[in-house]
Amino acid sequence: MSKYLVNKFLYTIDRDPELVERYREDPRGTVTWWEAERANLLLNCPGAERSTWLEFTGPEREALATHDYVTLFEMGAHNFLTLTLFIALFERDFEEPLAFQREYADRLSHWSLPYPDIST
Amino acid sequence: MATVAAVIASTHHPFYYRASTSAGADRPPFADEWVAKIEAFRETLTRARPDVLVMVGSDHFHQLWLDNMPQFLIGKAPCYDANWYNEEREFGLPRMFLPGHEELSGYLLREGMDAGFDLAFSNELRIDHSITCPLITLRPGADLPIVPIYTNIFAPPMPQPRRFVELGRTIRELVESWPSDQRVAIIGTGHLSLELGGPRQFGPHGPDPEFDRKAVEWISSGDLDSALAQVSLDSLWQPGNATHGFMDFMLMMGAAGAGVKADYTDSLDLFHTMEAYFTWYPEGTAAR
Repeated sequence: MSKYLVNKFLYTIDRDPELVERYREDPRGTVTWWEAERANLLLNCPGAERSTWLEFTGPEREALATHDYVTLFEMGAHNFLTLTLFIALFERDFEEPLAFQREYADRLSHWSLPYPDIST
Repeated sequence: MATVAAVIASTHHPFYYRASTSAGADRPPFADEWVAKIEAFRETLTRARPDVLVMVGSDHFHQLWLDNMPQFLIGKAPCYDANWYNEEREFGLPRMFLPGHEELSGYLLREGMDAGFDLAFSNELRIDHSITCPLITLRPGADLPIVPIYTNIFAPPMPQPRRFVELGRTIRELVESWPSDQRVAIIGTGHLSLELGGPRQFGPHGPDPEFDRKAVEWISSGDLDSALAQVSLDSLWQPGNATHGFMDFMLMMGAAGAGVKADYTDSLDLFHTMEAYFTWYPEGTAAR
């Protein structure tokens, strides 16, 4: 598990309007590009000081590449990061206010406490 | 010495700004009642005639990130930009620019370390909605200098609830020992029961109305003993997966003082979370 890296993906996409649109339109391509070019960048450091060891597991890569927020929840991705980014991706496709958020809840309705651990 | 003019605790609801400024068909049916409650709550701060605002909130993974995560952090800067792109996008919050009070920040930072709180600090901090929401509700002109204090209620492992209470108590003591004639309001925001990114999110009311009822009772009566006895890092997952924000209410109970009843209490049951508003006047209500 590399929950930290999944969270880092959600965090760095969510804060960049261009990357939000790119991830909406081409999730698999964006994940592939991001893992190759961005996953190891230390956010407050020059590129030459990048890390050398961060990579997704296969299931993590697939969940991100398929916009599968249910699996991300089950993997312990941070609930706030996932929700915020996916609202940005898909709320626009629903007519009623909060309809996407309610569908999101419905798709997780098979879960009861305890939820997957989000600790990193 | 400085005077604690008011201690104020509330929820911070990022939908308030849009709800209160919308009109016509866009205005939600609950907006008028919400605005009336907020305007009454705002008056409790105005009456206290503050000069400086110490603002306790929590960065929602904006500037503070898991590669370098502080548990408690104080801003020490002459001013602060505020609100982020994803808060404009999701909540329609405006960009804001806030004056800082670097002297009081520096005092709380130095004296806090000497009193047992080794706060992280930031000389360039962009503020998020945990602090701008209470400014929008309580001081919409945002004309007073602030001292922002961030807590980690978001990224486990988090500090124990008792540490939040102790930090609130320490902030109160330090403000009262600050050699200044300024009137300081200590304002902090958190959550009652709340679920975000889970199966109980955005229901017809908060995910755990019974927790909310108990929490409002604890806060309004200053019942820190019951809150500390019944709240733990583990138990806070039960009312909702974002309920650790209640620890910021506990911090404010520490600032208000154990056993001290709130001078003003109000609440509003919204569709997916309960709003709650509390004000204490340490000088006594007669002074107000």
